[in-house]
Amino acid sequence: MSNKISPNYGLSSDRLEKQFSDYKPLYTEAEALIEANRCLNCYDAPCISACPTGIDIPAFIKKIATGNIIGSAKVIFEANMLGYSTGRVCPVEELCVGACVYNDLNSSPIQIGRLQRYATKKAMEIEENTGKKLFPINRRKSEKKVALIGAGPASLACAAYLALDGVEAVIFEKDVLPGGLNSTAVAPYKIQTEDSITEVNWILQHGIELKTKVEIGKDISLDQLIDEYNAVFIGIGLGAGRHLELGANNNPAVFSATNLIRKIKNDPDFSLPNDLNTILIIGGGNTAIDISRELAMLGVKDVRLLYRRSRQEMPGYEHEMVEASRYGVRLVENVTPLEIIRNGEKINSLKVKSTVSNDIFDFPCDWVVEAVGQLKHVSDISPEIEVDEMGRLVVDSKSFRTTNPKVYAGGDCINGGKEVVNAAQDGREAAFDMLKSWGISPSLHGEKYFKSFTSIFVQEMTKEENIKNG
Amino acid sequence: MADLSVNICGIKSPNPFWLASAPPTNTGEQVMRGFDAGWGGAVWKTLGEPIVNVDSRFGAIDYSGTKVIGFNNIELITDRPLDANFKEIYEVKKRYPDNVIIASLMVETKEEWQEIIKRSVDAGADGLELNFGCPHGMCERGMGSAVAEEPKVLAEITSWAKEFSNVPVFVKLSPNVMDIRDPGLAAVSGGCDGISLINTIKSIIGVDLDTLVPKPSVGKESTNGGYCGPAIKPIALHMLAVLGRDPKINVPISGIGGISTWQDAAEFIALGATTIQVCTAVMHYGYRIVDDMIDGFNNYLDNKGMHSANELIGKAIPGFVEWGELDLNYDIIAKIDEDKCIGCGLCYVACLDGAHQCIHTRKGPCNAWHGDSDHGFGPRTEVMPPVWHNGGEPAMNHVPFVDEKECIGCNLCMLVCPVPDCINMVEVSHSGGKESWKDRTTNGSS
Repeated sequence: MSNKISPNYGLSSDRLEKQFSDYKPLYTEAEALIEANRCLNCYDAPCISACPTGIDIPAFIKKIATGNIIGSAKVIFEANMLGYSTGRVCPVEELCVGACVYNDLNSSPIQIGRLQRYATKKAMEIEENTGKKLFPINRRKSEKKVALIGAGPASLACAAYLALDGVEAVIFEKDVLPGGLNSTAVAPYKIQTEDSITEVNWILQHGIELKTKVEIGKDISLDQLIDEYNAVFIGIGLGAGRHLELGANNNPAVFSATNLIRKIKNDPDFSLPNDLNTILIIGGGNTAIDISRELAMLGVKDVRLLYRRSRQEMPGYEHEMVEASRYGVRLVENVTPLEIIRNGEKINSLKVKSTVSNDIFDFPCDWVVEAVGQLKHVSDISPEIEVDEMGRLVVDSKSFRTTNPKVYAGGDCINGGKEVVNAAQDGREAAFDMLKSWGISPSLHGEKYFKSFTSIFVQEMTKEENIKNG
Repeated sequence: MADLSVNICGIKSPNPFWLASAPPTNTGEQVMRGFDAGWGGAVWKTLGEPIVNVDSRFGAIDYSGTKVIGFNNIELITDRPLDANFKEIYEVKKRYPDNVIIASLMVETKEEWQEIIKRSVDAGADGLELNFGCPHGMCERGMGSAVAEEPKVLAEITSWAKEFSNVPVFVKLSPNVMDIRDPGLAAVSGGCDGISLINTIKSIIGVDLDTLVPKPSVGKESTNGGYCGPAIKPIALHMLAVLGRDPKINVPISGIGGISTWQDAAEFIALGATTIQVCTAVMHYGYRIVDDMIDGFNNYLDNKGMHSANELIGKAIPGFVEWGELDLNYDIIAKIDEDKCIGCGLCYVACLDGAHQCIHTRKGPCNAWHGDSDHGFGPRTEVMPPVWHNGGEPAMNHVPFVDEKECIGCNLCMLVCPVPDCINMVEVSHSGGKESWKDRTTNGSS
């Protein structure tokens, strides 16, 4: 496709982020074989149920073990078109790896994310070297066309499954970079922008058109898309990072976490000041832990995470907090920020109150990073699409249709902020619902789709049986 | 500490563990290092008219990441001058008088046998092993396994050897025969003192899927080789036991075939071997493996209350009977330990697709047999609708359960279960006494 993203988003090679060794490096062939052969090949494996996209994990792992890399990658992509990035950014410890039966044997669980990264990366390399496509582009023209708003994981997944069945898919992205949070807001130690863009380009090559720097509501209206296309998919994620009222908004030393990650990740000219000593991060979610860890890895001496409740109550994952601590991130529990104390532009400290004793004290600091969630895009959406009290678009849980039946939605804008893998699953389900409503049976369906279909069928069968038998 | 020393055909060995005739016994320097490591004896790499070998020579089978579960070779007998070999045998025997050296021999004519036997005995060999086993290369020249396939020839050459030798003569048998008793009885009728078995199995180890040349390749071609290694142990055990229980085979046996550990060795000894020989495991890991063979075997004998290795010889033979003598009334069923189960579902799918559909799952649709318990005797012509079992305790939902009435006690679930001691086969009491198929046919019912 002509709309391949040029690689001018990258960081220069002398940037420290480029020197980081991956925290879960790409397996060598030997490592992948050893790990793949360890897999017990469980029947009705718990890792599959733990995967939001229901990848047939034992199947793809056993294909790695037999050297069938192409087959392995297909199993992954059939269930999850973002299999390459999710192999790296998924919280596997909480999902598939956490469900591995080896945990119950007190042995180390299968490193499913790393095997998935290996299979997808190798298959993409084979594809590039041989010119043979994993998924030949379906030439069957369906006469249907779909507009997708936002080029994040949800839209990319949705567009891919549509394109593979001959539906014209056009993605509108207001940013210059596609890929959503993978490209802009997942900490670089997990995935760097160029890896995200590699995946986006791989997905786009299946016949998807991408239009960047087009903002819906400004450059083109939603109603116009609804008129011109057979369906519209909204995958706009969340809005800008939320700010607290600490009396120093717009101060250059006060950041929202997503903005700061984006600067670190995408801005070649960005660098941390030499006299930076202490950074306070406010929040307790995974983004807060992520930015803390990234800053500590980049050499900031004193990185403290301030959370208003106890460690046990943190929404961020415990294993991520443990890893961040290894890099020197310190957690301050049970404090709530009150005010940034500054001397003109220069920040002196953050005044906080203990939520346990109500004591008030000052934390001297140079920067303050707020990781307290993102705003919702509610105002951008047409009034005929229902939004819940949390600002999330309301969709049918099976079809992913909004209250306007021509409009679908998925990803963070419907769930308020979950994982990339959840967005990928939403996008796929929406694509399948569109295809089915147009009488096209999806040519690709992953294990989960197949399973849920058969079990519904079987359930109905047994229900009939039970009725028959009284 | 049990006494590991054994006496086979009058040859005393400090332990039953010998190096088999193969690359690890190619030179005196190697054999001495083997003795230093603890091997009781060594059967020298087969001597004969020196040959020319090819490159490459070895191939192997890996399984699920485990290297060399089976091994094959197209190497021939020694390619070194006989003078060098005999000089080394003489020197090694002089330096290691308590260790056993057996000269493995393979020549063609009676005169050649006479000559090579004389030189072997003169060099100090404690015994001879006539190599009638090699299934590759040498058999094309009328030697090796070609002899084992002709019992009359085998008996005749054995009698020549006995005529020319004043040390014990072992005959090494090839497994590439319909019935191992044919060459075994021929060897005994030729007057052998002992039997070694098995040699390697005629094999093609694999095909290179890039070049489409069988392995191991010699340029663009290959040939059949001899198969050995852990994978062949069951074949060797069977042939050993068949000869071990045959009253006409009244000579001691040296067991060979896939032995890697003391457990393997103990199994061979229990089925009638007096000594055992090892090759592939040494080629894989080196002479050092004998350390645990000695140590582990010793501990085993101590735990069994046996004071000597001799006490174990043949102890498992009475339990090796014909199928028709097995008890048809003996009943066992599988029991799954709920606390140990990790919910992998392997027993469920193995029983469902590979056995008797009597393990059920609470996790999802259960496709096990839900009709009357009939052990599959009734006609099953329809696929039954799957059943959702009432899960009970949610935490236990991953644990499959056994339909004990339908369970036929086949062991399959226990064999595939990855958790040690999670599935056990438990005996079910029955009122009738032992009744075998032979009993039933004798009584007129079947």
